[in-house]
Amino acid sequence: MQGSELTRAKVRSALVFLAPMLLALALAAGWPLGRTLWFAFTDASLTDNGYSFIGFENFWNSEWGGLLEDGNWWQAVGNTLYFTFVSVALETVLGVGIALALDVPFRGRAIVRAAVLIPWAIPTVVSAKMWGWMLHDQFGLINDLGMSLGLLDQPVAWMANSATALTAIVAVDVWKTTPFMALLVLAALQMLPRDIYEAARIDGIHPVRVFFRVTLPLIRPALMVAVIFRGLDALRAFDLMYAMTANNESTMTMSVFARQQLVDFQDVGYGSAAAALLFVMVAVLTAAVLTLGRVRLTGGAR
Amino acid sequence: MMPRTLAGRAGFYAFILVIMLFSVFPFYYAVVSSFKTGSELFEVTYWPTFNMENYVSIFTEQPFGRNILNSVIVAFAVVAISLTLGVLASYALARVSFRGRGLLLVTILAVSMFPQVAVLSGMFEMIRVLGMFNSLPGLILANMVLTLPFTVWVLTTFMTELPKELEEAAFVDGATPLQVVRRVFLPLMGPAMAATGLLAFIVAWNEFLFALTFTLSNEMRTVPVAIALITGATQYELPWGNIMAASVIVTVPLIVLVLIFQRRIVAGLTAGAVKG
Amino acid sequence: MKLGLFVGAASIAAGTFVTTASAEEISISCGALGIELTLCKDGVKKWEEQTGNTVKVVSTPNSSSERLALYQQILAAGAGDIDVLQVDVVWPGILGNHFIDLKPYTEGAENDHFQAIVENNTVDGELKAMPWFTDAGVLFYRTDLLEKYGREVPTTWEEMAETARIVQKGEREEGDDDLWGYVFQARAYEGLTCNALEWIDSYGGEIVDAEGEVVVDSPEVVSAVAEAASWMEDMVPPGVLNYTEEESRGVFQSGNAVFMRNWPYAWALAQSDDSPIRGKVGVVALPRGGEDGKHTGVLGGWNLAVSKYSAHPEIAADLVMFLTSPEEQKRRAIEGSYNPTITDLYQDEEVLEAVPFFGDLYATFENAVARPSGVTGEKYNRVSAAFWGKVHEALEGNEDPETAMSDLADELGSVKRRGW
Repeated sequence: MQGSELTRAKVRSALVFLAPMLLALALAAGWPLGRTLWFAFTDASLTDNGYSFIGFENFWNSEWGGLLEDGNWWQAVGNTLYFTFVSVALETVLGVGIALALDVPFRGRAIVRAAVLIPWAIPTVVSAKMWGWMLHDQFGLINDLGMSLGLLDQPVAWMANSATALTAIVAVDVWKTTPFMALLVLAALQMLPRDIYEAARIDGIHPVRVFFRVTLPLIRPALMVAVIFRGLDALRAFDLMYAMTANNESTMTMSVFARQQLVDFQDVGYGSAAAALLFVMVAVLTAAVLTLGRVRLTGGAR
Repeated sequence: MMPRTLAGRAGFYAFILVIMLFSVFPFYYAVVSSFKTGSELFEVTYWPTFNMENYVSIFTEQPFGRNILNSVIVAFAVVAISLTLGVLASYALARVSFRGRGLLLVTILAVSMFPQVAVLSGMFEMIRVLGMFNSLPGLILANMVLTLPFTVWVLTTFMTELPKELEEAAFVDGATPLQVVRRVFLPLMGPAMAATGLLAFIVAWNEFLFALTFTLSNEMRTVPVAIALITGATQYELPWGNIMAASVIVTVPLIVLVLIFQRRIVAGLTAGAVKG
Repeated sequence: MKLGLFVGAASIAAGTFVTTASAEEISISCGALGIELTLCKDGVKKWEEQTGNTVKVVSTPNSSSERLALYQQILAAGAGDIDVLQVDVVWPGILGNHFIDLKPYTEGAENDHFQAIVENNTVDGELKAMPWFTDAGVLFYRTDLLEKYGREVPTTWEEMAETARIVQKGEREEGDDDLWGYVFQARAYEGLTCNALEWIDSYGGEIVDAEGEVVVDSPEVVSAVAEAASWMEDMVPPGVLNYTEEESRGVFQSGNAVFMRNWPYAWALAQSDDSPIRGKVGVVALPRGGEDGKHTGVLGGWNLAVSKYSAHPEIAADLVMFLTSPEEQKRRAIEGSYNPTITDLYQDEEVLEAVPFFGDLYATFENAVARPSGVTGEKYNRVSAAFWGKVHEALEGNEDPETAMSDLADELGSVKRRGW
């Protein structure tokens, strides 16, 4: 039907269908994003209204270094990459596991499904405080539990030590966002035709083989999208670290760094530069994942 | 598939039990804490004592009922708009080939790559120019940045996976694209829409930074901001019991919602041509 | 509508007269909830009755860094949504550009307040904010434990550490494994800057001197930080590195610490009915740094400022003058133990009856050391963040105090090159 009247009608209506979404995004995101990109090349500050264009000086200059010579920035980059990689990997494995279990019909499944979403449903601000309290070295539940079960000899100051703080934050993030993964994977599993499983079962193929050979390839597109969006979220991670350890350098992520510059230090130019660099890094990483994950951007042209 | 051997079943239920404990226990601990006051908070206990003091005080000290209503309005509006725009856009992106489609998808994705704090100032100006400061429509618009890209992407992926024959039959019968979306795809997208809708709802429900910055009066604030603004009698005192009580109240409607919505995730199976 | 109230509108308390022809509505952000908000609302109501204007009380985040972020957002956009803002003592340098000069409205009233705060609030000769209530770090101790071990209330940090170790050792031998010598605030945040500045000031050191020179690598500063780092080895819970005010109070109030550095707010809570240490708590000025050192406490507290973008600056300024008047400050001291900023109120019998330690700690409040927010201006937060970051490293044992402070001097030097 190439080039036919129908195809042209479809393209026309496609554009009409896209228009409201694009308008909404342009309104909500266009101006703020453009503005941030522009400020990245200026010396704007919150304290006075005048500013001037300074080119790439926020990124690199011979006078005070700029972002590329800022040790705190590179530490933030390292923290963010570690956090993203570990937490997204754990969330994917756990999320798929939980989704597979919830795909099986059993009594009380509805309750379990609702229960699984609870961590995601609690506002981050609250769950960060809640976990901060539970991980407290003196009257925290985790130490109490660990000691009474004989797992710990003495209370551990989880959030005080730079080595354990980031691990603890990863653990809380995994707890909080695994439901996101599980729910998207579950939705994908629910849309799979059941007869594939029947056929595999009749042929006596081992369930593990079925999962890797049949299920995983079929849910891969949905899984990839879930991983990408989790990854994007993790690379921009902010509120968890901010609420649990404030501006501590050993857990600071790129977003926390950008916020510190933009808000605490009123340095709109430098902070915007950090945000822009973060954007570039995220974009490169996403492009890599899209390529490696062989995600088809061209959609339904099969 | 449910394992058939006894040991397999026992293992399966043990796994379910671990999932339940992992998900629910911290929330349970929040419930326990929500009944505590004063120095009790500094002791670890595992069983609740039913003292409703905190629950009474959060409703009497501030317009918490109004805050819940605001959150409900914002979250439902965000979900409705995101899903409507998302389904329309995803049909165009998944089922129609036109030039620049890949680029468009990447651009939409790029919106999700900026840290929220970096768009805050620009958004603030935008909201003021539109005269939406300290109003719910302003919050709804701001939340679109967070929910729309992800909704469009997830729905596009799901729609791509549906067989091509589905729509062709309808087009042959002379249906318009809008009718095809409504009659053919909408019923099949049940699980995906329920899942993305739910996730978008939670994102909007929990959103904090925009809600804090774009509202000024207590009557316009949403629940997470209201919770964050609960304070003790003095500057440094943290009213832990009140915060936990408010969190429990906020989480309960979400659990109910999940119980309702998740039926939709299952219902999608039996509804359409993809036989379950 | 409010005409009845408006007729007798000549204001007495603040000594000013509102001459506006019609009643206006202005907004104020003060406190968040609890007693702070109640006290503010009561005060505002009195002013409304006297002047006939109406006031909308806007609640803002309790955490001061989030409150600052919100103010910046609103002020940077030139929005007059909040007319009167409650500002921290370190903010006049940061937000000063957005505030009006209050001098024309005070009629000299600021001379009755603590001069350190008035100077702190004066930027380029303009009074950016009126002092409202003050705060300073103080030392809490367990009277019962000191008595049990026959120890005096310490006057130097060294004595405090010695006592803390003796009591901790003794109590642990008796089976109280949870007891620690000392708790303070060492999370990487502004509170650590306050704590550490108190140590170095007590030894006679400074971060940045009055001329703006970086002097943080001086021997006084290094020995102060080294003293604090030595506490970390055995008498302080390791978790203190992530404690804010409330976490330390939790440890102290559950009976698990001999000494605590905190703000005066902890007093009323430690003495509340359900407190396990009720009646066993004493408050004194923070110890001196060695025999030659001095008692000190860092200047905290809040002020009231008027936004430049306010539609009714003169009415807003009148509200500020009313709320910071002696009558209001006295009421707040008695009802909420908020420390007045007016010198005379520390000799007021009714005030002293309500909060006995105000009298003993008068010197601490009057001589409180200000953070270098005036001289570093808009760069203050950057300076403070670098300072708490390096002190945190030193306390954690990742860097020895001398290296940490000389690194810090370099870092501050490069901040300074961009101007303050």
